[in-house]
Amino acid sequence: MAAIGFVVALACLILQTSGVLAEIRSGSDFLSPELRRQQADETRNPGFFWVEQGRELFTRKPAGEGQACIGCHAQPQQSLRSAATRYPQIDAAAGRLLNLEGRIEQCRVERQGQPAFGYETPELLSLTAYLASLSRGLPMQVRTDGPAQPFYEAGKAFFERRQGQLNLSCQQCHDGLVGQKLRGDTISHGAGTGYPAYRLEWNDVGSLHRRLRACSLGVRATQFEAGGPEYLALELYLASRATGLPVETPAMRR
Amino acid sequence: MRARIGLGAALLALPVMSPAMALEPFAVVGDAIPAPLGGLDGDVRRGEALVRDRERGNCLICHQGADPSEPFQGSIGPPLAGVGARLDAGQIRLRLVDASLLNPQTVMPPYFRTDNLQDVAPSFRGKPALSAQEIEDVVSYLATLRAE
Ligand code: HEC
Ligand code: HEC
Repeated sequence: MAAIGFVVALACLILQTSGVLAEIRSGSDFLSPELRRQQADETRNPGFFWVEQGRELFTRKPAGEGQACIGCHAQPQQSLRSAATRYPQIDAAAGRLLNLEGRIEQCRVERQGQPAFGYETPELLSLTAYLASLSRGLPMQVRTDGPAQPFYEAGKAFFERRQGQLNLSCQQCHDGLVGQKLRGDTISHGAGTGYPAYRLEWNDVGSLHRRLRACSLGVRATQFEAGGPEYLALELYLASRATGLPVETPAMRR
Repeated sequence: MRARIGLGAALLALPVMSPAMALEPFAVVGDAIPAPLGGLDGDVRRGEALVRDRERGNCLICHQGADPSEPFQGSIGPPLAGVGARLDAGQIRLRLVDASLLNPQTVMPPYFRTDNLQDVAPSFRGKPALSAQEIEDVVSYLATLRAE
């Protein structure tokens, strides 16, 4: 009897967990079939130019004494496979929250002795797109406990709070209105698992934070700095919501 | 009195004055604001343009309007066709001014409110999304949409 109860409880638990996973869907699920085909086709998805450029930068020796990235990270296909699934994460030494862009800049400045690229520069976008592409298909799995917890809480509070002149929260659109039409867009869960992504509206590859700035502008709210603490915390929360979803960088978006 | 305030005082007073830019007062009766804001008359054609306009009103980002030929209309709010038969002008006015007075969880933005908003972008701070005149224009237009 007890055993049956246990099995039933376990089944419920599994159902519940898979229910939660099934709830959050990738932004790609909301694209037109044509755009989804284009995204999947490496010869037709412009994001792969950035991936190629990133691969090239990864092996390029910087000026002066510094080594190329590949000097420390040999065989990146294996050594950095799945790295992107664990970002943003806490940098133990600095106690700071770093996303993939932040980690790349840290290596560039502290280990290569080079000036930072700067957020949204083609170089940083390319390297980020390349590294994230090494995790394509692998499930997101960020940590939100321990030192990451206050950042997770801040990101969650940001997501849930109404803001801007139009007084809307991220949650109202990306939880409550998923599947609805906002002009020509179909609202997704805002998982952000395909960034840096090629957006037709930008005619360019852009970071997740650039996309977040667009949503802030949409509700006429303060646009926070790309790479700044507000969007970093938000990115951690979005990544934790997306736990189990595959990395899709470089995605294509409208 | 005003003319005698020095330049320094006027500059100092500015940051305090601009967020407090007073909105025309209004009285809520039941689920309506029966009297036009500021006693202004609305203009139906201007109201129609505002509803369509992608910067100012931008209502069709969320609502389906009365013109099916308009591309890419939203599906978030109720369709606007027939709203003039469902609601009278005072009821429409309240829903534009601040729909949260009826439904605290509402997605419909408050178009005539400046308080209790967070992180408003600097260029929109202290101003309502639509002016009293614009609200009256939109109310006049929506009141004409009587056919479903
Ligand atoms: C008024 C509705 C609305 C609000 C509010 C809003 N968004 Fe969005 N968001 C959209 C639409 C529409 C898109 C484009 C379609 C899509 O991918 O969901 C989008 C896209 C995104 C994406 C990209 C998803 C992808 O896979 O490409 C992310 C991430 C995102 N939003 C996060 C946020 C966050 C965080 C907030 C709050 C700061 C927010 N959004 C506020 C409507 C909104
Ligand atoms: C971000 C989405 C959004 C935008 C933008 C928006 N609305 Fe709404 N609207 C809604 C929703 C959702 C409701 C339903 C409100 C509720 O039930 O609380 C609504 C309700 C209404 C109603 C009441 C309709 C009825 O039948 O009860 C009117 C009238 C209205 N909106 C007009 C407008 C006008 C005019 C504009 C632009 C100036 C506008 N809306 C912009 C989402 C929106």
